[in-house]
Amino acid sequence: MKRVLILTGSVAAIALGGAVAQDQQLTIVSWGGAYSNSQIKAYHEPYTEKTGVKIVNEDKSANALAGIRAQVEADNVTWDIVDMLQADAQRACDEGLLEIVDHNEWLAPAPDGTPASEDFIEGQLGDCYIPQILYATMFAYNTEAFPDGGPQTIEDIWDVEKFPGTRALQQIPQKNLEWALIADGVPDDEVYEVLATPEGQDRAFAKLDEIKDHVIWWSEGAQPPQMLADKEAVIATAYNGRIFNAQVNEDQPFEIVWDRQMLESDGWVVPVGNDDKMELIRDYLFFATDTQRLADQAKYISYGPARSSSAPLVGTFEDTDIDMKPHMPTNPENLETAVTFDVQFWTDYGDALEERFNAWVAG
Amino acid sequence: MASTDGAIKEPILAADGTPLKQALRRSQARERRAAFLLVAPLLLFILIVFAVPIASMIWRSVYNPEVRNFLPQTAAALQEWDGEDVPPEPVFQAMAADMIVGVEKRTIGRAAARINREIPGARSRMMRTAREVDEWSAPYREKFLETDERWSDLDFWRLLKRETRLVTPAYYLLALDYEYTADGEIRPRPEVYRIYKALFWRTAWMSMLITGICILLAYPISYLMATQPTRLANLLLILVLLPFWTSLLVRTSAWIVLLQQQGVVNELLVALNVIDEGGRLRMIYNRTGTIIAMTHILLPFMVLPLYSVMKTIPPSYLRAAKSLGAHPFRAWWRVYFPLTIPGLAAGCILVFILAIGYYITPALVGGDSGIFISNLIAQNMQGSSAQLKLAAALATILLVAVLVVYWVFNKLIGVDKLKFG
Amino acid sequence: MGETKGESYLLSDVKDAEPAGLPRVSSGDVRSNRPMVHFDKVQKSYDGETLVVKNFNLEIRKGEFLTMLGPSGSGKTTCLMMVAGFEPATHGEIYLDGQPINSVPPHKRGIGMVFQNYALFPHMTIAENLAFPLDVRGIGKAEAEKKVQRALDMVQMGDGSFHGRRPAQLSGGQQQRVALARALVFEPKLVLMDEPLGALDKQLREHMQLEIKHIHESLGVTVIYVTHDQGEALTMSDRIAVFNDGVVQQLAAPEVLYEKPENSFVAQFIGENNTLLGKVKAINEGIARVELPDGEVVEALAVNAGPGERTQLSIRPERVEIDPDESVSDHTVTARVEEVIYLGDHIRTRMTVAGNSDFVVKTRNRLGARRLDPGASVRVGWATEDCRALDHE
Repeated sequence: MKRVLILTGSVAAIALGGAVAQDQQLTIVSWGGAYSNSQIKAYHEPYTEKTGVKIVNEDKSANALAGIRAQVEADNVTWDIVDMLQADAQRACDEGLLEIVDHNEWLAPAPDGTPASEDFIEGQLGDCYIPQILYATMFAYNTEAFPDGGPQTIEDIWDVEKFPGTRALQQIPQKNLEWALIADGVPDDEVYEVLATPEGQDRAFAKLDEIKDHVIWWSEGAQPPQMLADKEAVIATAYNGRIFNAQVNEDQPFEIVWDRQMLESDGWVVPVGNDDKMELIRDYLFFATDTQRLADQAKYISYGPARSSSAPLVGTFEDTDIDMKPHMPTNPENLETAVTFDVQFWTDYGDALEERFNAWVAG
Repeated sequence: MASTDGAIKEPILAADGTPLKQALRRSQARERRAAFLLVAPLLLFILIVFAVPIASMIWRSVYNPEVRNFLPQTAAALQEWDGEDVPPEPVFQAMAADMIVGVEKRTIGRAAARINREIPGARSRMMRTAREVDEWSAPYREKFLETDERWSDLDFWRLLKRETRLVTPAYYLLALDYEYTADGEIRPRPEVYRIYKALFWRTAWMSMLITGICILLAYPISYLMATQPTRLANLLLILVLLPFWTSLLVRTSAWIVLLQQQGVVNELLVALNVIDEGGRLRMIYNRTGTIIAMTHILLPFMVLPLYSVMKTIPPSYLRAAKSLGAHPFRAWWRVYFPLTIPGLAAGCILVFILAIGYYITPALVGGDSGIFISNLIAQNMQGSSAQLKLAAALATILLVAVLVVYWVFNKLIGVDKLKFG
Repeated sequence: MGETKGESYLLSDVKDAEPAGLPRVSSGDVRSNRPMVHFDKVQKSYDGETLVVKNFNLEIRKGEFLTMLGPSGSGKTTCLMMVAGFEPATHGEIYLDGQPINSVPPHKRGIGMVFQNYALFPHMTIAENLAFPLDVRGIGKAEAEKKVQRALDMVQMGDGSFHGRRPAQLSGGQQQRVALARALVFEPKLVLMDEPLGALDKQLREHMQLEIKHIHESLGVTVIYVTHDQGEALTMSDRIAVFNDGVVQQLAAPEVLYEKPENSFVAQFIGENNTLLGKVKAINEGIARVELPDGEVVEALAVNAGPGERTQLSIRPERVEIDPDESVSDHTVTARVEEVIYLGDHIRTRMTVAGNSDFVVKTRNRLGARRLDPGASVRVGWATEDCRALDHE
């Protein structure tokens, strides 16, 4: 599970890069799998080539918050830059675990001179948080399991008569509870209002109870495509980039259900306690979050760049002629029924709902 | 020994009648010192990597510094408050002062996080107010209440007052599915949150079941190994030990390959028409999976002590019993079985104690009905809603449970009689 | 199993039964002519290729003390285990008191057994060990206690201090006695003993030999005793079956075995023996004329050798006379003294006779006995009936 990639720059790069310390290295924590690969190709490799700085990649973002807490508390911070979900970043920031980011000072402006704070998609920047990509969590299914056509809506997902088979869901309350309420008939824009009430919570869990016997749980982003491929599950929630990767690279017969996709951003944070490395960290972040680099990442995985100025630069998948745009969660067609993920709601209600969710799952 | 001579001479000056004893004690003290020096590195190692972390874990499970450390003035001001009405101005003033410091030092979030555990939504209210508070001036009470009416919530203040105590039983109560209300009343948690007590029981009975299955499987195989010629016994031993030499993860993955719905066993059953395509058995990611995989993994811990005990029981005992007129079963029950008890007990205690603390296998193949308490401990150490202190409390309870099991075994059988192989 | 007729033997006071001092050819009151144990053409093979017991026929009389003697691997223990029921006979039938027992499981045979390492149950006290066979027979507690006490009295351990102890708290000799008591406590008609004294030191072993013998005599129980120690066999047995290579070489009373071995194996195995190789020239009225390798001709009893055959002459060392007068010895042969060993009560002289350099002569260390020096040449002789012409191995 702990896959550590050590990237070394070419000899030429080291010779040219000169002064910026060949022996320096950055430890960057991310999600692993296809997602880390896209970062390695779009950010890490070009950066190492440019500066000679080694980048050590750790796949521990699933436990980013707990990890940063433990490191900061022990006063032994070994992670330089961490890829983190926005809601978790907000919590960590409130708890003083992260460096506060002055976006305009830290980050490159758009090519046309627009300052960073205005170039990033609205509502995504956080006090301690630099978004990279927008990704969707949504349902996908294996078409082989449904020769007569698969589920099209959230209601279909709950219809175990019409679409029999195991569902693989992420073992967190986030998104599952929203979808449960929507499947139960709550209008999209009232979901969080309802979920804030005890009755609404009961209602969401009751709805989840309906399919509990048909559910297996996943916790790592790489699991759902694997479960679909093995037919351990016929329908799964997943990150859209992982499904895209399986469709394109492994030729899997998967289909995405864009109905009620939930869009979130994912981005960089810097744990406190890295003062002596700050210059290097900022140098990397300046480089890795500029317009071109964010557009480059979309070449390797179907996640939308978090800068407005990157969108026009998104092209085709790697060296193929597959147009990335229709696969992007930000593609207007895919966004039609999208539900906006409420970060604030989850910072407030996350603790209680997670506890209840865990009790519900294990009980 | 020259050193002994020296040791004898001194006490002659000091007292008569005792020099020999003293010399003996001295020479033994030297040996003891040497023995201690030999084990000192290990002792130090154990102290650093075992005793200290456990002590720190136990301390963490009751340590509750957030409010006291990050809202110190409020904590002090609340001591005067009687808890009957919305607190008076000084409390709000103290809160404002704490917030200003907390925002600057960025510690306010930690206090807010602690309160948010008990009162969902408290975090954002505190954070929002904290960002504005440096622009306010006295009197603060009205300002607070104006900004958000929930500042008049008595439960919030009572909770805050309760949380000013540095040592709290709250996490132990949580770990046993009780809660500690703002008034300090202890009551069972709402049904939907109850899980830990059930998981402790599940862990205990599943561990017992696994131990029981291990006995049923290990006893005959151990007997066979103990009574067969050495060559065959060694072959059997290797087969039993094979799992020991394979990585735990590999073994568990192998069970996944075998038992999953598209796995070998199901394919075979479908091919043999025992079940049809739609009736594929779910043997993994549930309780069955945990029991099968853990029994396999823990079996050697039962076989080895049993085998080593059985090997020392001469076949002539059984023959003697039979020759004395006992039916073979009676001979076995009265003579052979009692003699295997030290090995059986050692196997049971090994398997049971290992089982109740098992983590990786239930995590991989247990799904949700087959997980153990350790998986919930891990869950409380990871993820965004990690509660390290609750994890510490759960782990401490588990540790105590293991010690109790050990103690009971010691009472029943006597640990000195156990044979671990 | 049924008890012996009349009063059970443990209830008669065994201490008063004064044992006879010398070995007797037969003992115990034989109540019928039926043998206690009868091996009828018994064969045993473990692997289907070789026979460890080859066509074994033996009748053991009631009350007899029969010893199976032989080197390890000779098949004696296998025979014992077949009687006990722990090894099935591959072929043939074993009768116990006239009943075929091949299909009777061990626990129904009612045979007492004393094992090599006693096999006392370590988790039971001495009293519990002894009560075990009574308990499994459903004998009431009070009666069982009485029998246990009797049995312990019999082995001189009845003073009460041993009842509550565990076997591990006893010495080897005490354990041996307990094992014996346990094998007898349920009053079996037949007791098997598998090298029961093997683990004891020499002195204790000799003491126990006599004790077992006395118990046997006073109880009249039939005993089959297995040992590889010929001294033990000679001391205790009514008859001895000498085993070798799966075959009984000779079955006879101790003195017969020693005095009149029927083949060279028995002659070699029982007691000390001098061997001279030779060739039978002629046999006349049971007396063979045997030519030795150095050309000398001696006379010997023709036991197991025909005319013209090669033979092995067997002469006991104490029957050889140095420089004998003619009243003792018909023939004398030349011998060279190799070594003289002084042993107190007797003197051993090792000589070379007819090419055999291990020819030993034992002489009593009597007043005026002649002392020989190594290298000296003497004449030695013996009575013709002391020299047996046996098979050539």
